[in-house]
Amino acid sequence: MSVETLEYTAKDFSSDQEVKWCPGCGDYAILKAVQKAMPLIGRKREDIVFVSGIGCSSRFPYYMDTFGFHSIHGRAPAIATGVKLANTNLSVWQITGDGDALAIGGNHFIHLIRRNVSINVLLFNNRIYGLTKGQFSPTTNLGQTTKSSPQGTIDNPFNPGELVLGANGHFFARATDTNAKGLTEILVEAEKHQGTSIVEILQNCVIFNKDIFSDYTAKDVKLDNQIHVEHGKPMIFGAESTKGLVLNGFKLEVVTIGENGVTEGDILIHDAHEEDNTLHMMLAKLQMPVVTGIIRSYGDDSFEIRMKRQVEEVEKNSPFKSVNDLLQSGETWEIK
Amino acid sequence: METTAIKEVDKVVIKFAGDSGDGMQLTGTQFTGTSALLGNDIATFPDYPAEIRAPQGTVAGVSGFQVHIGQAHIHTPGDNPDVLVAMNAAALKANLRDVAKGKTIIIDTDNFKRKDWEKAGFEEDPLESGVLREYHVIEAPMTSLTKTALEGLGLDNKSIVRSKNMFALGMVYWMFSRPLEYTERFLKGKFGKKPEILAGNIKALKAGFNYADTIEAFSSASAVLPADMEPGLYKNVMGNEATAWGFLAAAEKSGKDLFLGSYPITPATDILQELAKHRHFGAKVFQAEDEIAGITSAIGAAFAGDLAITTTSGPGLALKGEALGLAVMTELPLVVVDVQRGGPSTGLPTKTEQSDLMQALYGRNGESPVVVVAAKSPADCFSMAYRAAKIALEHMTPVVLLTDGYVANGSQPWKILKTEDLEEIKPHEADKSMQNWQPYERDTATLARYWAYPGQAGYEHRIGGLEKEDVTGNVSYTPENHEKMTYVREEKVQRIANYIPELEVDGAQEGDLLVVSWGGTYGSLLTSINQCARDNKKVGLAHFNYIKPLPKNTAEVFNKFKKILVAELNQGQLVRYLRGELPQFTYQQFNKTQGLPFRVVELTHAINKTLEEK
Repeated sequence: MSVETLEYTAKDFSSDQEVKWCPGCGDYAILKAVQKAMPLIGRKREDIVFVSGIGCSSRFPYYMDTFGFHSIHGRAPAIATGVKLANTNLSVWQITGDGDALAIGGNHFIHLIRRNVSINVLLFNNRIYGLTKGQFSPTTNLGQTTKSSPQGTIDNPFNPGELVLGANGHFFARATDTNAKGLTEILVEAEKHQGTSIVEILQNCVIFNKDIFSDYTAKDVKLDNQIHVEHGKPMIFGAESTKGLVLNGFKLEVVTIGENGVTEGDILIHDAHEEDNTLHMMLAKLQMPVVTGIIRSYGDDSFEIRMKRQVEEVEKNSPFKSVNDLLQSGETWEIK
Repeated sequence: METTAIKEVDKVVIKFAGDSGDGMQLTGTQFTGTSALLGNDIATFPDYPAEIRAPQGTVAGVSGFQVHIGQAHIHTPGDNPDVLVAMNAAALKANLRDVAKGKTIIIDTDNFKRKDWEKAGFEEDPLESGVLREYHVIEAPMTSLTKTALEGLGLDNKSIVRSKNMFALGMVYWMFSRPLEYTERFLKGKFGKKPEILAGNIKALKAGFNYADTIEAFSSASAVLPADMEPGLYKNVMGNEATAWGFLAAAEKSGKDLFLGSYPITPATDILQELAKHRHFGAKVFQAEDEIAGITSAIGAAFAGDLAITTTSGPGLALKGEALGLAVMTELPLVVVDVQRGGPSTGLPTKTEQSDLMQALYGRNGESPVVVVAAKSPADCFSMAYRAAKIALEHMTPVVLLTDGYVANGSQPWKILKTEDLEEIKPHEADKSMQNWQPYERDTATLARYWAYPGQAGYEHRIGGLEKEDVTGNVSYTPENHEKMTYVREEKVQRIANYIPELEVDGAQEGDLLVVSWGGTYGSLLTSINQCARDNKKVGLAHFNYIKPLPKNTAEVFNKFKKILVAELNQGQLVRYLRGELPQFTYQQFNKTQGLPFRVVELTHAINKTLEEK
């Protein structure tokens, strides 16, 4: 295919299906950001596949004019793995939610990450079950009342980042539905990364969990309560860009540049590529400020690359060139 | 040996039985391989405990391997052993009731001490108590004879004791005039890097052979002459191995890559292991994190254009149910192999049963039709795996292939097929000549939709588990559309009857009784029906390889007989299906759920009883 035809615009990725999320849903902004990212990844449209499970977010593939598979609850990581291993040339994206990925699909989620198959997972985390109308999810805050927890939840929630890094994830980023530009940039990086890329998107469910992330995302507080990390840059944030993160013993601490003798030179420099994920784990777990951006991006062989290498090796050394060779191998005898 | 006359026998059943660590499976396999090379027809049946090492010396820990060799055609591993090799008291206890009076029992007396027979559950010493009075018993202290023979080779005691199975094999080789070369060659391959172990095993094998020649316990050696088999090149195959090869052949023939998504489960794991050995044919073998990921990864691969397979046993099929429904809805080609075992729940993992038929036919939510086929023998697993793949690819439907522990682990000689002689497989794909291809546009004859997959420009589309609009494949909740699509999915499967072989009848083509069966019971039933024919009884056998849809001539065949007897290793599953599909006939049933295959004698008894009833 010539270079010209690869010059897509976001519109080329919009399908003819009517988008049916609730008005004001954070999913609209994410859809836009994804459609904007597509022309930037340099892949042909027919080589892109979106796979989803069940939930509000999982309707996503219908709205993308690519190949798409809206599958069953929780199983998208395994389906996406099959797609990728069948044709390793494909750019495979998985759309999932906090219930789909972390409750019913928790097993597939951690094993996808462990294997490191090159699939980009967009985890829409709204901390609630939306499609079934408002039950608590594995990321709902402890004590929150929902339709299925009228006295408040007694379940400890998962922090998706902690789970991803605990499963030896090599790429973890966090984004918000209120910063579409930042999300688009992360998606392009996620596609570039070889291996499983998990992008947690803090997404506002306007009906069942409205403003659950407003402490981080509201215009008046976001600069002070959110830190956007970039590889190689100091971890500085705040409305005045005067706050920063330092290590105090084994803990991250927020300091103010210019106070108590703290200078810019004291602030931690973000190294997303570091093999040891200890600091990445601290960043993923930090509650205030919440960390967005690419927290970890460590390069290693992906599963499908190892698989291809192994198959090539076997093919090179095998005495069998066809199935007939195999069928006639071993102990045989002739009856005349 | 020169002085001993060799007596010819036309068939013989031998059972090797010992502790699960005694190497009985290997011993049996070696006897099988040697006999196959001599041109005998063969059927084998391994019978081993679910526990890897159950307590030593107990009946629970007995592992057995039964092999039936013949000059005549052999269809089953045999009802009862003519020769039982009992390596310990527990092996005798577990198998004695199957050995008819007058038959031969070879005993390793070193493992018949008081503690041994007590542990095995005998109340008295079986060598003294008279329970063996009516048998031809050969007492051989095999363990101590092996120790003596292997003295000075520098082997430790454990390795010496482990070679006693070769001593036993040597004895049986002498009894049936078998050469040692096949096993010597095998041992060299296996222990080539451990010369002491190799020397020990070969020495034990020869010591056993010479011992049998020397002692006067055997009046003569016997020979089983080669069977009268169709000319051609043969090899011995196990069912699971043949299943794996059938899929490899289907992949090559259809020009598709093979994708297997699977999770280890007894007794299906061998298919996964066999395919993992052959990744050079482009076979992508994916060991998933669970049964559900096994099938869903396969569905993903099918969506992306591969010949996709998942293999399992009953409990795994239960877990795969929801995903199988997704493959029905998305109308993707997929083969699910269920190697059945005794159930429900964990049930009898290493024992055979045919009790997953209802689950295969109906075990999903919604109206969810799939094709159901079954293999009738170890070698037939090759053909049925191949045909299951062909149906899936040409009709765009999931297919469940039912085998069972009996055919999966059993073995028989297989006339090697050449891939050029196999039927063509033409995947039902969209092609460039189609104007405005749509995901759920169908072939008017088969109703199969046209497969298009990622990587093909211009075919970008979305499918999923929600109900599909006819032709476009868009999501649709329209009542009339749902009813139409429900009908079309069923009709598509029913029309496959136009593309599968008609039902054939063995034995009498019309007459008093039609015995109906399916799957792995074929060998036992055929043997029984052949007996009926020799006795001039008008009994036919209709054995089903294709269950859904039924062969087109099923009713026609049923009409030719006065009575129908459906024999199954369950409580009556095919019979219930037939009562629904063809209610105009009266069915009688014969069922067994002991985790064991049918014995010919019990089938013959059931047939005679049915014939006699008014």
